[in-house]
Amino acid sequence: MAAATFDTRKHVGVYAEHVSNVSSTDYPGHYPHEDHSWDPDQFRQKCNVQVNRLSNRSIDFDLVGVDASIANAFRRILIAEVPTIAIEQVYVWNNTSVIVDEVLAHRLGLVPLNVDPSFLEFKESPSIQATDRNTLVFKLEVTCTRNRNTPKDVTDPKMLYNNSEVLSSDLRWVPQGEQEEIFAANIPTPSNPNIVLAKLRPGQEVNMELHAVKGVGKDHAKFCAVATASYRLLPLVVLNPEKPIPPSSAHKFQKCFSPGVIRVDPVTKEVSVDEKNLRNESMSREVYRHVEFEDCCQLARVRDHFIFNVESEGFYPPERLLPESIKVMRSKIATIKKAAEGLLASKDSNADVEMAEG
Amino acid sequence: MGTADDEEHDWEQLNQTNWRGLGVTDPIKNVEDKWLLLPAFLKVKGLVKQHIDSFNYFVDVDIKNIVKANNKVTSDVDPRFWLKYTDIHVGFPDRTDLDAIDKSITPHECRLRDITYSAPILVTIQYTRGKNVVKRPNVNIGRLPIMLRSSKCILTGKSEAQLARMTECPLDPGGYFVVKGTEKVILVQEQLSKNRIIVETDPVKGVVQSSCTSSTHGGLKSKTYVATKKGKIYLRHNSIHEDVPIVIALKALGIQSDKEILLLTAGNTEAYKLAFSANLEDAARLGVFTRHQALEWIGTRVKVNRKVVGPRRPAWEEALEALATIVLAHVPVNGLDFRPKAIFVATMTRRVLMCMDDEKMVDDRDYVGNKRLELAGQLLALLFEDLFKTFNTNLKSAIDKVLKKPSRTNEFDAFNTMQFQGDHITSGFVRAISTGNWSLKRFKMERAGVTHVLSRLSFISALGMMTRISSQFEKTRKVSGPRALQPSQWGMLCPSDTPEGEACGLVKNLALMTHITTDVEEEPIIRIAYMLGVEDISLASGTEIYGPHTFVVNVNGTIIGLTRYPTRFVTNFRRLRRAGRFSEFVGVYVNHHHRTVHIASDGGRICRPMIIVEDGRPRVNSGHISLLKQGHLSFDDFLRQGLVEYLDVNEENDSYIALYESDIVATTTHLEIEPFTILGAVAGLIPYPHHNQSPRNTYQCAMGKQAIGAIGYNQFNRIDTLLYLSVYPQQPMVKTKTIELIGYDRLPAGQNATVAVMSYSGYDIEDALILNKASLDRGYGRCQVLRKNATLIRKYPNGTFDRLADAPLDDNGQIQKKYDIIQLDGLAGVGERVDPGDVYVNKQTPTNANDNTFTGQAAAVPYKNAPLSYKSPVAGYIDKLMVSDTENDQTLIKVLIRQTRRPELGDKFSSRHGQKGVCGLIVNQEDMPFNDQGINPDTIMNPHGFPSRMTVGKMIELLSGKAGVLSGKLQYGTAFGGSKVEDMSRILIEHGFSYAGKDMLTSGITGELLEAYVYFGPIYYQKLKHMVMDKMHARARGPRATLTRQPTEGRSREGGLRLGEMERDCLIGYGATQLLLERLMISSDKFEVNACQECGLMGYNGWCPYCKSSKQMAKLTIPYAAKLLFQELMAMNVVPRLILDDA
Repeated sequence: MAAATFDTRKHVGVYAEHVSNVSSTDYPGHYPHEDHSWDPDQFRQKCNVQVNRLSNRSIDFDLVGVDASIANAFRRILIAEVPTIAIEQVYVWNNTSVIVDEVLAHRLGLVPLNVDPSFLEFKESPSIQATDRNTLVFKLEVTCTRNRNTPKDVTDPKMLYNNSEVLSSDLRWVPQGEQEEIFAANIPTPSNPNIVLAKLRPGQEVNMELHAVKGVGKDHAKFCAVATASYRLLPLVVLNPEKPIPPSSAHKFQKCFSPGVIRVDPVTKEVSVDEKNLRNESMSREVYRHVEFEDCCQLARVRDHFIFNVESEGFYPPERLLPESIKVMRSKIATIKKAAEGLLASKDSNADVEMAEG
Repeated sequence: MGTADDEEHDWEQLNQTNWRGLGVTDPIKNVEDKWLLLPAFLKVKGLVKQHIDSFNYFVDVDIKNIVKANNKVTSDVDPRFWLKYTDIHVGFPDRTDLDAIDKSITPHECRLRDITYSAPILVTIQYTRGKNVVKRPNVNIGRLPIMLRSSKCILTGKSEAQLARMTECPLDPGGYFVVKGTEKVILVQEQLSKNRIIVETDPVKGVVQSSCTSSTHGGLKSKTYVATKKGKIYLRHNSIHEDVPIVIALKALGIQSDKEILLLTAGNTEAYKLAFSANLEDAARLGVFTRHQALEWIGTRVKVNRKVVGPRRPAWEEALEALATIVLAHVPVNGLDFRPKAIFVATMTRRVLMCMDDEKMVDDRDYVGNKRLELAGQLLALLFEDLFKTFNTNLKSAIDKVLKKPSRTNEFDAFNTMQFQGDHITSGFVRAISTGNWSLKRFKMERAGVTHVLSRLSFISALGMMTRISSQFEKTRKVSGPRALQPSQWGMLCPSDTPEGEACGLVKNLALMTHITTDVEEEPIIRIAYMLGVEDISLASGTEIYGPHTFVVNVNGTIIGLTRYPTRFVTNFRRLRRAGRFSEFVGVYVNHHHRTVHIASDGGRICRPMIIVEDGRPRVNSGHISLLKQGHLSFDDFLRQGLVEYLDVNEENDSYIALYESDIVATTTHLEIEPFTILGAVAGLIPYPHHNQSPRNTYQCAMGKQAIGAIGYNQFNRIDTLLYLSVYPQQPMVKTKTIELIGYDRLPAGQNATVAVMSYSGYDIEDALILNKASLDRGYGRCQVLRKNATLIRKYPNGTFDRLADAPLDDNGQIQKKYDIIQLDGLAGVGERVDPGDVYVNKQTPTNANDNTFTGQAAAVPYKNAPLSYKSPVAGYIDKLMVSDTENDQTLIKVLIRQTRRPELGDKFSSRHGQKGVCGLIVNQEDMPFNDQGINPDTIMNPHGFPSRMTVGKMIELLSGKAGVLSGKLQYGTAFGGSKVEDMSRILIEHGFSYAGKDMLTSGITGELLEAYVYFGPIYYQKLKHMVMDKMHARARGPRATLTRQPTEGRSREGGLRLGEMERDCLIGYGATQLLLERLMISSDKFEVNACQECGLMGYNGWCPYCKSSKQMAKLTIPYAAKLLFQELMAMNVVPRLILDDA
């Protein structure tokens, strides 16, 4: 097997007490006395994105052939800079629930909304007038009453009372101005209708007006477009042909890895790595704990193979998240590019160049 | 031949399969879950049983004894009159409002309305009215504040639902009082035991003394010493001017012959005889041979303080009375039988002799067995006795006053006089408990700071306060003895929970299972002792008392008799106790050094339950435990069946107690119920405390009380001065059994933070923590601060009253900004935001409120504004507003203002291992490192916190917490037990993690893997009440003090930051004179004065009033304080003169 050799250029070494060769060179992919000048064709050949798993709420994909800085940039943008809509202002008309106004407002803010942010503009500061272009209005009006026709011995509050819980589904969108037409296809609602916001008992009510605006995750976690966005490097297990695993401890060796990573031949008890399941290895370094497996294998991770896991909880379907982050990245690059060109143009004037926000 | 036989026999013994049903090779059967006795114990006794039991004893028993001792009121005027109290009892708390229909009251109403939760004290009286004897039951003589959850409290025995209806928290332990709306605790006071002989030495002076503080049930206390002075022994007492040579004292007590004296003190021991003989010579030299001579000798030296002037009594009578009633008052003198007292003095002398011979025979004052704890009941009993006696003397003089009148229109009824006695008892109780000053002249008691306000900072702080014991030693003394950890504290007092600093070791806390005894009547105990074969001491001579096989039997320090079979006696005595023939709290033990048997039935001894072991097997077996689990047995059944028993410290030291069942040997007498009960309630919160360096546990005990969390199920109904609440409290991932027992899992104070132990950014030095901003956005560490503001709407004696007004309008007819939340009733609306400076109660007071001559219409008086305005620099919200009446019909308004705070830079956090730190940096989520699963830490902690602190328990907590999260279970970190590291590692491995708890992290900044593996998992973190927002302070300009015109001091007065003496020294050293001048005068209190160069005095406007001229006037700038000093000196006839010179 060709992959089964450790190469410091390609791999990050995983040892019992440390990780080696974590960084690539100062110029990733460049080495002294070798020509690695950037070639779009070569890049196109090397760079590869492959979706492994896609569900309603999450996506697993591999990003291969880029440097950690690029992969990390996407991760960071996903967390901090992909815009979403969340409730920002809460106007409390009445709240007689046990949860106080600020806490309920905080909880409301964290409710993910199913709204396409591209339809709204940023409301840059609270002093700017709220318009139908930058603000969505929701109403929350819930009153708890006693349910008259429940049997005597029932103790479940859900049956005893009407509206014993304020749920995210109780949020009612109130269209403003042109919004009715713009959002006709996709009525703004919370993306999860079952979030308990407060509990009520007969006589208590909640009556508030909520204003949702567009924002980014670095301002507040409620604007975060993803639930998680993270990656790990592809694991690699390199067996040492010099020192094979004794058949007696083959199963013990197998147990040191995640299920399916190590194959044991039922007859010969010969141990081999299952390349297909290798990505499932959790890198628990359990092999290094056992003296008898010393030098039997080497753990490593592939430097440029990023296994992304992105979970979405808001508006974006998981497969749209990476393109969104690329969009943000491109706009950032465009800003830099413009500023750099401006810098070149006014080389002599020595003046500062305004960087427009992208 | 014989040896071979013996060997064979031995082998047979070993091979015997059945020895009490157990083979030698059979595994020792453990009683599974014997710790379940602990919850059973707490169910019966509760967490603050000591306070409640003590109070119950007072209201049910002691109060009756006090009245019995003072039950008669007679008149000096009419000898035929008498009034007798035949019975007394305390009722249940009720409402004092006269017009109330429903008289029931809840403690919570008392808290809210600033009234006292008290119950009437009702007596039955019998008295003469004319020629008849009248009986009147249920006469109210005053009100007694009632301890919550005591037998007189309405909360006792109520279900959770009933408590909820009364807005009371079921987890609240009770044991405190509600007086004028504040919750007051009477702390447990630690004292040296009474009526016991304590022998001490002073190695510097070479003095040996045995002392005994006598205390009888009348509150009289006196201390008697028998001490050496220049090799001879003397008896010393406050009421005798001079030290009495011991032989004279003994002769006066009726032991006339020198031989008998020698036998009673030195016995037949040669060394003691030799040491004592000098004393006999001493008495002979003083010419004292007979009892009469001895009494005469003492009588001339007795301090007489007689009020009644009568014929002077002969000296020997004075001596007789002093010896009978004042010296060693606790030893009974029946008729004129001084024998028991003589033997007691002789015993004290013998103890001195023993100690002179062998220094090891001294007693240890700090030994817990020599301590008694004084509780609320005892203190209240003293207070009541004092108040009741004063009540009776007042009643007597009032009755005398009436009876003195020669002719009365109607027949005299003492009941009516009693009704007009005022509220002396009620106000006496309320004053004492609310101020904490117990000043009882009658009992020579002058104590301040007996009561404390119950700290409601967190549930734990309230609980910790209820178990606190304060010592009577003054804090300034630099002695280590009383502060040191005593081995005898084992299981009784918590070894960890003590404050740092000046009160270290003096303030202690009770361990989880301790109980404090109340008084048990001693007469029946003495009878039982006699029945078990004790010979009366009065019949014994010195030879018998100190005979080779005799043991002296003491009951509560008084010598009652002798026994020749101490072991048999003690065994029989214990058997009777285990059979429940007398109180389980009577202790008995043998002291082999002094060859005595002690029986103790007095109150204030610390004791704890233990499983009885007989013949090498614990009496509690699995069957009992399973019955307990099913609820068929309670803890009291265990006691009644003789399976467990209470041991006090002295008896504990006379027992052989196995910690675990495997430790039981043939001589074992008892088995511990559970080792972790050595810790108290507060130290019980720490997971794996047995892996920590011990001071760390002590630090956590102090910090656990400052943690913000939930304080009670009724927290939203409370209006406390200051209330800190956590928005999202969580129960810890790693619990302890104690946590479940005290209910910390239901009222937690902290959150399970995911912690990465690594360094990050450099803003984490000196224990600073890095926090994840996204975690804070999502609610981590969020807390609420609620502050009470109260005001009274008064009615004044002249008929005027305060009023509430609606918001005034300004010139434009607009409501001013600061009044914008005031509604029509003059109060702010609930839920409104209060900005700094806003008015939330628009109160107005009449301008002539204190003018008593005012007679006009109350409505027409001019009013001035006296609004309550919001002082804090950060806006809050009106949480609650209460309008009510106090006891004296003043309208009370309480406003609760709430702030919700998210953690910010500088807020203080702490884990449960004494590892506190402030937030040093708040980092965006994308910059935080993450592991393979994509988990970001909530907190990053610097690993330098570990090596010097050695808090291994924290590391294990992380490991167990991580395993718990992965397996979906809560883990236990109970002291001396808990989840094992091995098991935790196995769970981690099973879930694909490293066994060591270290994860491979990726940097959020570079996106590359970190070179080291990082210890990563959940640790329970507490947010402490110290927050930057409450401390932050700076000033450029601001207010000045009126007198000195210098800037004010302190944050609350917006004060300046002082350039102190040491800073001044630095500037002087540096030579920065102009800076000094600026800091100390120009920026502080510069003042221009006119001074006369002629006379050197200060003038004004260029005029010297002394010289009557303006010729020589000069202007100069001096500190206002200096000018003030000159003027004050002049007021004292000292003339300071300014001699001016050109610089």
